[in-house]
Amino acid sequence: MGALDLKSVTKSFGATDVIKGVNLEVAEGEFCVFVGPSGCGKSTLLRIIAGLEDASGGDILLDGKRVNDIAPAKRELAMVFQSYALYPHLTVRDNMGLALKQAGVPKDKIKASTDRAAQMLSLEKLLDRRPAELSGGQRQRVAIGRAIVRRPKLFLFDEPLSNLDAALRVATRIEIARLHRELGATMIYVTHDQVEAMTLADKIVVLRDGRVEQVGSPMHLYNDPDNTFVAGFIGSPQMNFLKSAALGLPGETTGIRPEHLFIKASGAIAGTVSHVEKLGGETLVYIRTEPHGLLTVRLFGEHSYQVDSAVGLDIDAARAFHFDAAGKRLR
Amino acid sequence: MAQARISWGRTIAAHAILITWTVIALFPVFVTVVNSFKSRRAIFADPLALPWPEHFDLVGYTTVLKQGDFFGYFQNSMIVTVVSLFLVLLFGAMAAFALSEYRFRGDMLMGLYLALGIMIPIRLGTVAILEIMVAGGLVNTLTALILVYTAQGLPLAVFILSEFMKTVSDDLKNAGRIDGLSEYAIFFTLVLPLVRPAMATVAVFTMIPIWNDLWFPLILAPAEEVKTITLGSQVFIGQFVTNWNAVLAALSLAILPVLVLYLIFSRQLIRGITAGAVK
Ligand SMILES: Nc1ncnc2c1ncn2[C@@H]1O[C@H](COP(=O)(O)OP(=O)(O)O)[C@@H](O)[C@H]1O
Ligand SMILES: [Mg+2]
Repeated sequence: MGALDLKSVTKSFGATDVIKGVNLEVAEGEFCVFVGPSGCGKSTLLRIIAGLEDASGGDILLDGKRVNDIAPAKRELAMVFQSYALYPHLTVRDNMGLALKQAGVPKDKIKASTDRAAQMLSLEKLLDRRPAELSGGQRQRVAIGRAIVRRPKLFLFDEPLSNLDAALRVATRIEIARLHRELGATMIYVTHDQVEAMTLADKIVVLRDGRVEQVGSPMHLYNDPDNTFVAGFIGSPQMNFLKSAALGLPGETTGIRPEHLFIKASGAIAGTVSHVEKLGGETLVYIRTEPHGLLTVRLFGEHSYQVDSAVGLDIDAARAFHFDAAGKRLR
Repeated sequence: MAQARISWGRTIAAHAILITWTVIALFPVFVTVVNSFKSRRAIFADPLALPWPEHFDLVGYTTVLKQGDFFGYFQNSMIVTVVSLFLVLLFGAMAAFALSEYRFRGDMLMGLYLALGIMIPIRLGTVAILEIMVAGGLVNTLTALILVYTAQGLPLAVFILSEFMKTVSDDLKNAGRIDGLSEYAIFFTLVLPLVRPAMATVAVFTMIPIWNDLWFPLILAPAEEVKTITLGSQVFIGQFVTNWNAVLAALSLAILPVLVLYLIFSRQLIRGITAGAVK
């Protein structure tokens, strides 16, 4: 239950094409993350799946059934929004129970479902409060609880953690991962944060400008990106892009992750240290080089480098990616 | 926090301006109310004097209550104002929701068309309106007034409310749709409560011109049993002699209901006017 299939889905607002033909299969029980820069159409695609927006073209299939013309409430899915979107006039309990009430479920069943969801998210003490009396993190947990209560086939999350502070974001992320394991439901999760994508996903869909750039598991995208966009988007700190010609390597651009660049006096690339970030477990050294611009080197452990001192850099050629002028990977 | 930084001088200056304004605004009301309790001679001898026992006279009020069906006029005004207000708010809010929420062919034109009424006074159409009412057999009915005032109030209501409704979170409405609420339920239970301050603002701006209007009651409903209070008060203003006691008493009484309605809406009204300015 909960398999999703998108077939050449397009969406235009007036003359602007926002989604330009998306084909995608999400298997039952999978945790699928849509990731991409702001404005690339992630939310629009999610709203099309939810039925809040009509697709301009293409088909949306849920469990093999075409749902283009089915109302959102009838698609058996639940959505969690970035802005929480709790009903301000209802208590937490009523917020969570509204969908079931609308579906005509008897009161005692609603209460049982609400209590179970509240217990999963430790919301029992908050059930009689109104949204205005909750903190941001609590509100988001209620919003997630509201989604769980109706036992949907498919969960949709639209940047649910963006309004939370860093510590809460990590805690809630772990909670969402736990819920996915416990419920076994299909989840589609939208984010512009590649760390969230990497940590949560079974499958990542990288979107750019209304198109799918690449689909794959986090490690697949990390280790085998199809183009410079995916290579640059996945992984933090970002991959370094060097000019191949200056290194005598094939293609136009050579991509190398910060951990595969080494500081070595005899290194082939000459540069000067521009900035050092010590994070305890790792040290990031930013090095200004002549043809390649600013490069990032990631070293494990603590290291000290004098700013403005001259250094040499070597690359781990076996771990380098080669891209053509259009940014496509040369294999 | 902000208060600590504002100096005493500025506070006093601000209050001086506000108090001056309050005095100017309340002066006509004060004069009206004070003089309504005085004898005719005292009104002319010293219009600004308070109704001390020697001038105190309820003749105005007794005249008003004796002559004509004053409570009937009151009731007519009340019915016309409240029903028109209700219809303006209901239809205005619904139209505003449609304009702010749905994309449809010609939505911009429709919005423009509905806003046009703000700039064109409805009185320009008096002759046509009268013809319509005659044809519809509605002359000398409260319905005629209610219809006209509803039309008169709608443009501003639609304009103000649609701006406010655009600020209601899309996510909230979408959450409602996913939970199976109908568009009506979304409108009435989610959107309307959130634009309550704007509704109160519109209510006050709509209500006062209706209550005070003399034009349409005079033209569309001058019959005794459908007279509104403003029209009813005119019996005391003669071509040669005016019964000032009665006029002032009638006006003083006419202030009361709007005052009550205003107090009901004012808390929300202040929030409506300052929405966005204070967060
Ligand atoms: N209702 C709309 N009308 C017109 N353009 C829209 C509408 N909704 C979104 N867009 C446009 O579609 C693009 C993608 O938006 P969105 O899906 O929200 O991006 P994301 O969620 O990836 O940041 C943006 O350029 C946005 O301006
Ligand atoms: Mg978005």
